[in-house]
Amino acid sequence: MEYILSVATVAGINIIMALSFYAPFMTGQVSLAQAGFAAIGAYSAAVCTVKFGIPYIPAVITGGVVTGAVGFILGIPALRIKGVYLLLLTLGFGEIVRVIFINIEYVGGAAGFPGIPYQENTFFYAYGLVLILIVCFERLRNSRMGRAMRAVGDDETAAEINGINITAVKLKAFAAGAFIAGMGGGILAHFQEFIEPLMFGVMHSVEYIVFAIFGGVQVFWGPIFGAIVLSFVPELFRFIQAWRHEIYGALLIVMMIIKPEGVITNDSVRFIKKVFRGN
Amino acid sequence: MVIQQLINGLMLGSTYSLVAIGYALIFGVLGLLHFAHGEVLMVGAFMGLYIILWTGLPLYITLPLTMVVTGILGMIIQFLAIRPLKKNFHLAPLLSTIGVTIILQNMTMKIFGGYGTRFPDTIAMDNIMLGPYMVSSAKLIIMGVSLLLMVIFYLVIKKTKLGKAMRAVAESHLTAGFLGVNVERTIFLTFGIASALAGAAGVMIGVSYSAISPFIGLTFALKGLVVMLLGGMGNVVGAMIGGLILGVAEVLSITLLPSDVNLQDIFSFGIMIIILIFKPTGLFGSKQNQI
Repeated sequence: MEYILSVATVAGINIIMALSFYAPFMTGQVSLAQAGFAAIGAYSAAVCTVKFGIPYIPAVITGGVVTGAVGFILGIPALRIKGVYLLLLTLGFGEIVRVIFINIEYVGGAAGFPGIPYQENTFFYAYGLVLILIVCFERLRNSRMGRAMRAVGDDETAAEINGINITAVKLKAFAAGAFIAGMGGGILAHFQEFIEPLMFGVMHSVEYIVFAIFGGVQVFWGPIFGAIVLSFVPELFRFIQAWRHEIYGALLIVMMIIKPEGVITNDSVRFIKKVFRGN
Repeated sequence: MVIQQLINGLMLGSTYSLVAIGYALIFGVLGLLHFAHGEVLMVGAFMGLYIILWTGLPLYITLPLTMVVTGILGMIIQFLAIRPLKKNFHLAPLLSTIGVTIILQNMTMKIFGGYGTRFPDTIAMDNIMLGPYMVSSAKLIIMGVSLLLMVIFYLVIKKTKLGKAMRAVAESHLTAGFLGVNVERTIFLTFGIASALAGAAGVMIGVSYSAISPFIGLTFALKGLVVMLLGGMGNVVGAMIGGLILGVAEVLSITLLPSDVNLQDIFSFGIMIIILIFKPTGLFGSKQNQI
């Protein structure tokens, strides 16, 4: 039971991270910096609780705010570039963040940052945040801002002609993604009790992209679904322990070949809503 | 001292160039990031190691053999994970090659073990005096072989029919197809050539670093990306020169900057970010779709 709870908690944190990738993605920005953002959030939240004795919730929020500010700054050069170039910029940023934390002795350097107080209700806090995010994304969907974000994601030129301030929209989305990732990092730090720079490598950013795209990026339920399924799938494959990573990799390839738009699409959301209404 | 480091830098840089050429070639022809390229290099390093360990063949036979194996591996990757993709979703190739990365890494771990493995001393580690500068023979051979491969590759691109086809496909798949170029076959062979070069880089990294593990792929993949950007996305000659520049810059940064901080990695990624912000076309320019 404890084991399942722990996997479920990690799944919750993964949902937060997948949504943090999804926020800038809605405006067409593909970010490989999310693990770097999580590192900033985790370290700032841990510094708050360990060094200054600040309680859990304000510490996690501080982590999010600090990260959001960094995301805002990174978002400015990110405005100028697109596609593969943005991917490389955010990838470089994530690696630099990691190397910087290796060199800061105040937070333990390469040896890691031990002794972070354990939050035993992490499960509830993580899913609480997920719930808040769901409400936010749902309200965003048909709001002016949400429509503007989707318009920018579809076609920037067309969006600009229609009077959308694409600079503001993209920057806000990028900073929001960083803010969410920072909070996720803070929650993770107080669940693991120990953080080290290695925990925030590029492969983790890649993992969040995989969650989001596997689940589907047309609607925010996709990343949530992807994070849950892919957090549990490796556990389900435990009976074929030896080959589970290979199966995971092969699944990814097959998925991209037969259904690149992801599992959850606009149509499937509409279908589920129909079923629930009962007609 | 500085010149000594310059030589070390060129040695390091020439392996970076080999990796970056592969990236540039694939990006130029297909416009996509081949995420598993670093893993092809890693497989090449292991192939080279075990061919030497099991058969005791000398390096000058091992290297071409490894290149053939990784070249075939690259073509298999293209055939299974890239060719079947629909063209309408630009992140699909990224994800499917991430899948390839996961598979290759875990297979290698299963077959060869997850710990670092030492390369046997294949090349006599003599130190040769070039005037006042000492150079190990291994480094000279690595640099020589890398440069030779680059020259051969350049000639293939510029002089052969295949090279012409590759350049045509890079400019436009559609036009090249109309003009009678077999586009699918050209892309297939492009992956083969790029992967063969990555395999060669893998063997040489194994020889010069002496220890390899299934996780070296990502490190060199990232370096290769920085170099490709430095030279201009999809610009093959730029990738060659960019690799040498990054190698020298890294080695000099270790020598000249304070040694108490680990600046080497920040340095290369810092270069990358500065270039992305101020000159995204790279030092030598990249016309879209030109190799």
